[in-house]
Amino acid sequence: MSCHAPVLEPIEETLQTASTASRLRTVALVGPPNSGKSTLFNRLTGMRQKVANYPGVTVEHHSGRMKSIGRGDLTLIDLPGIYSLSTYSEDARVAVEVLTGKMPGVPRPDCVLLVLDATHMNRQLMLAAPVFSIGLPTLVLLNMSDQLEARGGNIDTLALARELGHPVALISAAKGVGLEVVPDFLVQADGTLNTHLRPVQLPVLQSPSACRAWASQVTTRTGYQSPTASKWTQRLDSVLLHRVAGPLIFLAVVFAVFQVVFSIGQPLSDGLGNLLANVGTQLGHMLPDNWLRLLLRDGIWNGVSSVLVFLPQILLLFLFIGVLEDSGYLARAALIADRVMRSIGLNGKAFIPLLSAYACAVPAIMATRTIENKRERLATILIAPFMTCSARLPIYTLIIAAFVPHRLFLGGLVGLRALVMLGLYALGFLAALVTARMLNSSVMKASPAPFILELPQYRWPTLQSLAMRLYDRGKLFLKKAGTVILGVTFLIWILSVIPVHGGNFSDLPSSVIGSMGHVIEPVIRPLGFNWKIGIGLLSSIVAREVIVGTLGTLYGLDPSTHSLGLQAALRHDMTIGGAIALVVFFAFAMQCTSTLAVVRRETNSWKFPILQFTYMTTVAYVAALVTNQVLTRLF
Amino acid sequence: MPESKVTLLSDARVHDAGIVETVDLAEEVSHYLAHLGFLPGIRVEVLRRAPAGDPTVYRVDNVEVALRRDTARHITLKLERGARK
Repeated sequence: MSCHAPVLEPIEETLQTASTASRLRTVALVGPPNSGKSTLFNRLTGMRQKVANYPGVTVEHHSGRMKSIGRGDLTLIDLPGIYSLSTYSEDARVAVEVLTGKMPGVPRPDCVLLVLDATHMNRQLMLAAPVFSIGLPTLVLLNMSDQLEARGGNIDTLALARELGHPVALISAAKGVGLEVVPDFLVQADGTLNTHLRPVQLPVLQSPSACRAWASQVTTRTGYQSPTASKWTQRLDSVLLHRVAGPLIFLAVVFAVFQVVFSIGQPLSDGLGNLLANVGTQLGHMLPDNWLRLLLRDGIWNGVSSVLVFLPQILLLFLFIGVLEDSGYLARAALIADRVMRSIGLNGKAFIPLLSAYACAVPAIMATRTIENKRERLATILIAPFMTCSARLPIYTLIIAAFVPHRLFLGGLVGLRALVMLGLYALGFLAALVTARMLNSSVMKASPAPFILELPQYRWPTLQSLAMRLYDRGKLFLKKAGTVILGVTFLIWILSVIPVHGGNFSDLPSSVIGSMGHVIEPVIRPLGFNWKIGIGLLSSIVAREVIVGTLGTLYGLDPSTHSLGLQAALRHDMTIGGAIALVVFFAFAMQCTSTLAVVRRETNSWKFPILQFTYMTTVAYVAALVTNQVLTRLF
Repeated sequence: MPESKVTLLSDARVHDAGIVETVDLAEEVSHYLAHLGFLPGIRVEVLRRAPAGDPTVYRVDNVEVALRRDTARHITLKLERGARK
């Protein structure tokens, strides 16, 4: 039979008996992990929450107005995925508290949209029993109808709705199919508030086995046919998880990402750099030849544009991460990496937060909420900032492009620059590994938590989802350049021209920033850093990219390097030892106030962020010192 | 008719299939596993091993779930007849 007709029948009966209609205000989106709640949330609100093809992407509750379906008067709350209403991890606790109206500051939901993955109803329905027991009007949305049909499954929504006593509809949130049922339901739910729903037979004891037995009965009685396993997933996995080919492909994929960031990203970035330099020159001519031109062109424009040029590389990196996440390959990567993770005493579940730390440590630290074991969660939080986040990319590519020769090996397949970059990523991972080991053998001794990982079916990443990610990332990057980096370069410029003597600006060495630089120089001299790098390091405590902006401003102001590009200026001013020591410093150092703030929030104490900052900075200093001393003797 | 054999899930070979008999793990772990389908009476199939030989991917309820040997050895499986030829 056709599965398309949205079935709203059961509610119609109650609708007639509805008395005074109180207004509907809050709608909760509930469902098991990876059932597509966030995709649906984005569809219904027109907002953009992060979605990906693995469980546990949403760890906090988000809310938005349901504008896309013309119900801007209603608030939709997107909850973390839950299997049941028993709480074992932080994200599940959040979901249950919101749902039962116990979360401070969040109104109790008036009705529920229960999202279930239609391709495996037997276990998805286990959540339906406890959710129905809350007693709110509920619309059951069977998501991924496209996949169900493509793989020969079948659901009788009419029979299911009768069996469950709640309206049921098949939808595809990804394709936007069947969603018209949601506004209809909301209109009807409005009428049924404060009325009793038709009683349904629910398991009395809501233990997993009772819920499961109930779910199986329901699916049997309604003639549910589960779809066959995707042939493509089987075929792909037989290669991608192959004993020999699997790990090799994994390494090749990681390497290809860096290679492309250089071979395609670098020319784009150079082009953008030239463009911005030309624009700067043109704009400079339009300004009067006084302090204003110096401030705007040599100070701010130089500083901000030296960071902006990294936009192509950042976007390319996120395009790759997006493809890997959306396709489902990431879960396979977790499986391949589990052996390594175990050897350092970490739960395989830590893999996904740690992997997302390659984009940014802040969401990664929040994603650790899916780790049930408190100690493992803390260990993951403490090592996450060692993962090479995208904020390190500008200084890495800047130094590598300036100091590492462009050489290709293996017939042009492998580039030296990509290899150095890979080495820096490996260095961060190594630091995380050693730190985890130390934590595991001392403070964090814990019983090994199990590794349980769902492998989603492979999916084609949609252009729309990839475009959204890039747009969001690009916006975030530009916003940072326009706020934090602009602010810091402005400050650096001011400090580099004062004190003003008789109407004349100080020159760089005698300015406030020059004197500050010379005070800190003895500390960083052994690392091969001059005082400008020192100022860059100080300014980058705010955020790592800031160093590039600061250096852009400082070298733009210095008469001896004024006419050179930033790369050439650095080559003029640093040895190879100092340059490599600088990137090594950045591989280890905790130069990020946002990360410190999120660690403070998630651990609820100042102890851990302070410890982390001290530890990471010490490691960075020592590693940079060794690097510079060794390289200086070698070259 | 040959008696069907009960084995530890960790000892089952790739391509074996059977019905879960017991799950003997800490409360929070077995609760989570139960919601992934590892419950007595449910059919589990051994799909493949990870490249390092561990964890192993199982299919249960049409979903692929990977477990480490450490976890799988606390689950017993009644092998389907014909499973080990």
